Amino acid sequence: MGYVFDPAAVLSGQYLDWFLWGIATTIALTAAAWLVGMTTGIILTLIRMAPFRPCEWFVALYVEYHRNVPLLVQIFVWYFGMPELLPDVLRDWVNSHNSEFVLATIALGLANGAYVSEDLRSGIQSIPSTQYEAARSIGFNYMQAMSWVVLPQAFRIVIPPLVNQTLLLFKNTSLAMAIGVAELTYRTREVDSYTFKTFEAFAVATIIYLAISFAIMALGSFADRKLKLEIR
Amino acid sequence: MVQILQDYWLLFLVGQYPHGPIGGLAMTLFMAAVGLSLSFPFAVALALARLSPYRWLRLPATAIVHVVRGLPLIMFIFWVYFVVPLVIGRPVGGVETLVITLVVYEASYLSEIIRAGILGLPKGQVEAAKALGLGYFPTTFRVVLPQALHNMLPSMVSQFVSTIKETSLGYVISANELTFAAAQVNNQLMTRPFEVYGLLALTYFALCFALTSAARLLERRIASERGGGLSLAAAPA
Repeated sequence: MGYVFDPAAVLSGQYLDWFLWGIATTIALTAAAWLVGMTTGIILTLIRMAPFRPCEWFVALYVEYHRNVPLLVQIFVWYFGMPELLPDVLRDWVNSHNSEFVLATIALGLANGAYVSEDLRSGIQSIPSTQYEAARSIGFNYMQAMSWVVLPQAFRIVIPPLVNQTLLLFKNTSLAMAIGVAELTYRTREVDSYTFKTFEAFAVATIIYLAISFAIMALGSFADRKLKLEIR
Repeated sequence: MVQILQDYWLLFLVGQYPHGPIGGLAMTLFMAAVGLSLSFPFAVALALARLSPYRWLRLPATAIVHVVRGLPLIMFIFWVYFVVPLVIGRPVGGVETLVITLVVYEASYLSEIIRAGILGLPKGQVEAAKALGLGYFPTTFRVVLPQALHNMLPSMVSQFVSTIKETSLGYVISANELTFAAAQVNNQLMTRPFEVYGLLALTYFALCFALTSAARLLERRIASERGGGLSLAAAPA
């Protein structure tokens, strides 16, 4: 083919800077959306535990919406749709303050929150109710039984699925390129269109994505091994 | 929103079909169905390779599955978008690109489901088949896989839902599907993005929620059939 594979061409000067900025943005987006997702997930789990039926329905609807609509479409609804609903003053403020990044964070975080709440719920449900009953019968109140008996055991169970959700979240940040967030995939296309070194640019991005993903996977299996209880 | 639906329902459903390429919801379903079906044989091969006693089969298959799991789908789309035209020596459209990508991507995820299904079968099945004198291939294809695939039906439906959601990325390479159709409508209207994308979200929701509910129903039925058999949750996209 006469094509010389030359990764140095995309890893020097400003192109290297672009890649580094892309990595930084991807990581920042992952971290910010992770925080939003964790907070949302915990709040949703608390709402679901309230002894009031409509609370449960609300959480179920929230989870089903975020599980059954493509993430890209959720991002579009936030990015293109939400500003239309805001009053003018607020809209101008959002538009002048890096709105892509903020709205992508919100969309990714809220979707992640739905999955986190499901993981938390199944973790808590997997603790036999006798554990809670035993705690109550030796005089713990609801909060004590939850925070000293049920949650510490549930914690072990939810860590591996939560690490897996983090991996998915990290990969999903690449969708933010569709609304112009300058994360790794977006930067890669930029490098590609400036240098015409398509293979080099995408090879570099692929290796970066894989390195971070494998780190998260390794963390997951480490946590899995550390947290697993011997069955007696 | 009703006005938009009245004016553009056909575009949402089939794209510009009588006057142009087919698109919209029809293309979304077509790509998801074709992508998942074509990936199936590869998924079975990958799953069997991962469970094989031979290292030279097991290691590459495990590596493939991990690499696919570690990369965003969008990266695969771009690789296929750039590499396939070079390999076959002619330009390739968005739809073909996306279908090829889905085959590669889904093969790995599906193989994990199949592997779990095979591992979920009682060991006695394989032992009984061996005791009857069946070799590896008859055991696998006449005893193990039929039972495993039956148990995995709900997970397959969930995977179909994931695939439908993944086709929305066709937008990035201008494949004519539902999200792309909505973006076209939005470009024509200019002023009502919330309604257009809200409508798009509702369409996906109706379709995928119906399918997930069906998967849940199937799962309950199969579990009761087997007296509380296995329940596999598909990895979300």
